[in-house]
Amino acid sequence: MSVRVLRRGTWNAVGVVLFVVMVFPVFWMISTAFKPEDQINGVNPTWFPGHPTLQHFRDAIAKPFFWTDVKNSVIVVLATVGIAMALAFLAAVALAKYRFTGRKLFIVIVIGVQMIPGVGLIIPLYVLLARYHQVNVLSGVVIVYVCATLPFCVWTLRGFIIGIPKDLEEAAMVDGSTRLGAFARILLPLVAPGLVATSVFAFITSWNEYIYARVLLNDGAKQTLTVWLSYFLGTSRNTDWGALMAASTLTAIPVVIFFLLVQRKIAFGLTAGAVRG
Amino acid sequence: MGVAAETVSGWSRRRPLTWRRVGAASVPYLLVAPVVAVLGAILGYPIYSLVRLSFEKYGLFELIRHAGVDIGLANYRSVLHDTVFWHTLLRTVVFTVANVGLTIVLGTLLALLLVRVSGWVRLLLTAGLVLVWSMPQVVAVQVWYWMTNVQNGVVNYVLSELHLGNFFQHNWYATPFSQLAMVTTLIVWGALPFVAITLYAALSQVPRELVEAAEMDGARGWRVFKDVTLPIITPVLLILTSLSILWDFGVFTQPYLLIGQAHVNPSNYLMAIYLFEQGWFASDFGRGAAISLLMLVIVAALSVVYVRRMVRIGDEPA
Repeated sequence: MSVRVLRRGTWNAVGVVLFVVMVFPVFWMISTAFKPEDQINGVNPTWFPGHPTLQHFRDAIAKPFFWTDVKNSVIVVLATVGIAMALAFLAAVALAKYRFTGRKLFIVIVIGVQMIPGVGLIIPLYVLLARYHQVNVLSGVVIVYVCATLPFCVWTLRGFIIGIPKDLEEAAMVDGSTRLGAFARILLPLVAPGLVATSVFAFITSWNEYIYARVLLNDGAKQTLTVWLSYFLGTSRNTDWGALMAASTLTAIPVVIFFLLVQRKIAFGLTAGAVRG
Repeated sequence: MGVAAETVSGWSRRRPLTWRRVGAASVPYLLVAPVVAVLGAILGYPIYSLVRLSFEKYGLFELIRHAGVDIGLANYRSVLHDTVFWHTLLRTVVFTVANVGLTIVLGTLLALLLVRVSGWVRLLLTAGLVLVWSMPQVVAVQVWYWMTNVQNGVVNYVLSELHLGNFFQHNWYATPFSQLAMVTTLIVWGALPFVAITLYAALSQVPRELVEAAEMDGARGWRVFKDVTLPIITPVLLILTSLSILWDFGVFTQPYLLIGQAHVNPSNYLMAIYLFEQGWFASDFGRGAAISLLMLVIVAALSVVYVRRMVRIGDEPA
């Protein structure tokens, strides 16, 4: 066996070990969610659920406000994605296709505001939203989420629109279409994958968001799923680990599915500039 | 506003201004107007009011009355004379350095490993990383909490079985240091996929011939990395580092939930939690605003490098 093969084998072994270590928490969450009580609380852990049960999932969704808060999360996410995408798309077209005075300032703002840590604006936003009776209502959270996702959406969509060859658009214009016609017939279908990927990003961000939902929504019936999950343990000393892991799995599922669908595209959007520069 | 701006620019001065041209020139402004309006109302105005609040006494009473009482610099004096603030700042800086350092170093090692393994291992590892990447923070916190709990946390079991010491009913949250160390493991675990995958993409742009040429010249491992690979991935590394610094400096969800609301206190505060507890939770909005502003100034200073670089990329001719 040559040194080269041996070395490759060693790296592969290290890679597999690291895979196991990295993925273990996710595995442990799912495994616990399906395990009967005695296997969860045993002194020696059971790695794979012996007699898988759905009881923990039943317990989790039977907890107060689960379905209400799922509904709240869905409403918040759909409203956020719809509004943010519509606004961001227009601005992204302006950035990608036009030169105008103030363009650079606009870019600085779009990138700069992404650097503001969310927690830094909690106090003025809380005071502002309280003044307009937007505390403890879903619309208040939607307003914050739209604003939080807009800059990234503008930036990412701009990348997708720039990627479209200019001659395609020009060819359509020569054919006698107006700029708007060229835009609708040529640009829109080409940019659709980018729109989907960016929407999913906005979806994930607003589904996962914790601190503003925690601060702005204080009623159990008004909260989002993330906040519901964070309160799951309550104050009892005997933690129902199985139900907690089942609830965690349920919260993660939509995000994981959507993320896996678009990860490549978003990773591209995030770093295309960086690698190119 | 838009029209006025266009008329000063070079080409409009030479040709007569017609309604049609004014209309065309205003298109980009109309397109960005909604975003500007939203950002102005939900970001611009709050930043302005943050500054105002920081000079006011503003508690629950003032919240209901919709008006604060001007107290000058009292909030700033109170914060800057608070030893908790300085301890928290120092703790947050150390915490950020540790988290960013670990994230970047381990991320780089993972990326280098991805280059060296066989195809199927690379696929497996990448898939695992993407799965981890997709985990919501609040979910990850609950899983960590379960894995590290005193009674039957699996981490204690595994460490004992590996004979790394006696971890039977070991409490991972006994001291502020160990609490924050657990938060670090959670944050680094969550941040590694983004860093490793991004760096792997950058590494795959390093020309093979360059590495081979260096190896022919007798350069080995570390030298090849330092002299050939590193210069090429430096721009990406720089961006990842500055992003990580910003994220870790302002981190809230993981420490707040993993340590637990009942257990966060001045001995384990990070900046964001200090601000949340003493500003929002205590309903002392004026003082909280002062803390926020001090924090935002630090963040702004930290982000200059990143923003400048990204703006240069974004301003390339469309």
